[in-house]
Amino acid sequence: MKTFRIGGVHPAENKLSAGKAIQVLDLPKQAVFPLSQHIGAPAVPVVKRGDVVKVGTKIAEAGGFVSAPIYSSVSGKVSKVDTVIDASGYRKPAVYIDVEGDEWEEGIDRSQTLVCETSLSPEEIVAKIKDAGVVGMGGACFPTHVKLCPPPGAKAECVIINGVECEPYLTADHRLMLEKPDEILVGVTLLMKAAKVDKAYIGIENNKPDAISLLAEKAQAYPGIEVVPLKVKYPQGGEKQLIDAVIRRQVPAPPALPINVGAVVQNVGTVYAVYEAVMKNKPLFERIVTVTGKSLKNPSNFLTRMGTPMSQLIEAAGGMPEDTGKVIGGGPMMGKALANTEVPICKGSSGVLLMNRKEAARAEAQPCIRCAKCVSACPMGLEPFLLATLSMHKEWERVEKEDIMSCIECGSCQFTCPSHRPMLDYIRLGKTTVGGIIRARNAKK
Amino acid sequence: MDLILVAVISLGAIGLVSAVVLFVASKKFAVYEDPRIGKVAEVLPQANCGGCGYPGCSGFAEACVKAGSLEGKLCPVGGQPVMERVAAILGLDAVASEPKVAVVRCNGSCEHRPRMTRYDGVKLCAIANATYGGETGCTFGCLGCGDCVSACQFGAIRMNPETGLPEVDEDICTACGACVKACPRHIIELRPKGKKNRRVYVSCVNKDKGAVTRKACEVGCIGCGKCVKVCEFDAITLENNLAYIDPNKCRLCRKCEQECPQGAIIAVNFPPRKPKTEAAPTEQLATRPASGEEKQNPNE
Repeated sequence: MKTFRIGGVHPAENKLSAGKAIQVLDLPKQAVFPLSQHIGAPAVPVVKRGDVVKVGTKIAEAGGFVSAPIYSSVSGKVSKVDTVIDASGYRKPAVYIDVEGDEWEEGIDRSQTLVCETSLSPEEIVAKIKDAGVVGMGGACFPTHVKLCPPPGAKAECVIINGVECEPYLTADHRLMLEKPDEILVGVTLLMKAAKVDKAYIGIENNKPDAISLLAEKAQAYPGIEVVPLKVKYPQGGEKQLIDAVIRRQVPAPPALPINVGAVVQNVGTVYAVYEAVMKNKPLFERIVTVTGKSLKNPSNFLTRMGTPMSQLIEAAGGMPEDTGKVIGGGPMMGKALANTEVPICKGSSGVLLMNRKEAARAEAQPCIRCAKCVSACPMGLEPFLLATLSMHKEWERVEKEDIMSCIECGSCQFTCPSHRPMLDYIRLGKTTVGGIIRARNAKK
Repeated sequence: MDLILVAVISLGAIGLVSAVVLFVASKKFAVYEDPRIGKVAEVLPQANCGGCGYPGCSGFAEACVKAGSLEGKLCPVGGQPVMERVAAILGLDAVASEPKVAVVRCNGSCEHRPRMTRYDGVKLCAIANATYGGETGCTFGCLGCGDCVSACQFGAIRMNPETGLPEVDEDICTACGACVKACPRHIIELRPKGKKNRRVYVSCVNKDKGAVTRKACEVGCIGCGKCVKVCEFDAITLENNLAYIDPNKCRLCRKCEQECPQGAIIAVNFPPRKPKTEAAPTEQLATRPASGEEKQNPNE
């Protein structure tokens, strides 16, 4: 069975909510929309205090090419344009909307019927995706239309759909594949048309056999789409790892992009959003969020409107357990501990994980014993112990030469370290510093 | 016997040839260095802290000799006396400079700024700052991991375990600026030591709106602007909900300190106020800073 060739680890899967069908979460009383929900320039608000909005009304315009507009997920009145503490832990500009009723914009097709045919040209599809504010929903939130506009000289050869969901605990993509297979496949054909290719692969790890068989069976009706079962290994959902696993090509070090090896990678959540945007005229304002945790009463998957506070999801899943040690936005490997639970659900929020105190506690760091487990675990072929030590000693030039910018921050090194060394903390510090140095150098040129 | 003789002669010959080669090389490839550079370097304190902006003391000495003027050059460790000696060696005029000191602009101690979360990552401010907003509600204030303490070569900063904030010993501080660079939140500022070491400054860098700041910290600047109104010398500016006192304009009248409803303005090294104003709550803050009592500046 296929998988990526370098490194990787296998954390306990803990897919507690895999058997739970997607439930529609109640509307929040107030929805909060941070204006930087994506990579790139923050969106610019186009509403002001007192404005009345409907579900699907544009509330913020894209702030540049690498940016995305934001749509209201609720109907009601804009109560203020202020700041909110988002998942980063800092105050960011945000639009607050007080919810009144549930009135949708008229252009949105709310029926469940499957629309397969479209006469739109590739450019029109990309324009619709751009206008609907679709971004990568696997967590990185990279605007989707940018990926579909290759830089000069590069040409896409295939589309790779990421149905891997290699993060432990999370099941949002798994449920989506089980419950919306036709919509996803139509979405894939749309992406193939937009990227002007005739081949698409859907990579799924084989801990989801039901999704593999269902999609493989349905895909027979769609020419050019192939389902590729993959061996379970973290971080297979990483863009570069998935390309290596599926088409056996390695993306060179930054600034090279997946498009340089002819691949366009999109998450299944994104594909579904593309389907809804193009076929149903529905901008991106809701997504599936997994709420899970070992001590949680009722781990679930919710179809959630953006802007809903995480506390509401936790309540809906049985309330915050008493022994909660940390609340994580995202999965346990790459997610981020949150400082409070009023953080709103954004385009990239794939899950809310409640870790109990025992799971959440960090073990005390011991000296490095030079076992090189981190080196064999690193999926990018780096030497994490060296990157961490060099960053610790502020050796920025050397750490840049050691390719620190190739690190994808998957945390495999720290997961595998028998001395529990906080390598990723130091590597992140090194990456931010070196990134700043590189930007300053480029600005000088 | 022969063997010893051969060894002595051959080694002697090698030595002689090498000596000639070295002599010729030292004359031919000699690099002229201004002898004044060495002399200047000798009077510098050799702390190699880089506070002057040059790579170490010898780099600073070279820059002083080559520049031909001491305008804008200051050894923060040695201060004015050292610069006068440098000026004497170079035959230049010493440029008068004001001694500075590092000032920590956060007063959010444990009692004033309640903790809401616990950070269990690596104990470095740089990492904590990149991770999230900090353990308290204030995303601008001191993180308390002590990057400034480890950056200080002179042992002038220490962490007060009771307040969780760094304190600067102004007698030891040389104003080299290492802590200013080390602080990821830009809390530490180099301010002129002031007359009789007296200084008035806003001990807060929070740019949030007043209501948000007030919720996070009891002693944060809420940007109410009262101090701006009360200042007779236009020394205080209000920008992004944060007041700043310009040390060059401040005349140390301390009206702003009394006016501040949050007690965010701090006056250090002043004698206690006269009894009638002593009841003011700001009084206890006036004696908070490290050295506490009035100290005579040796440079004055």
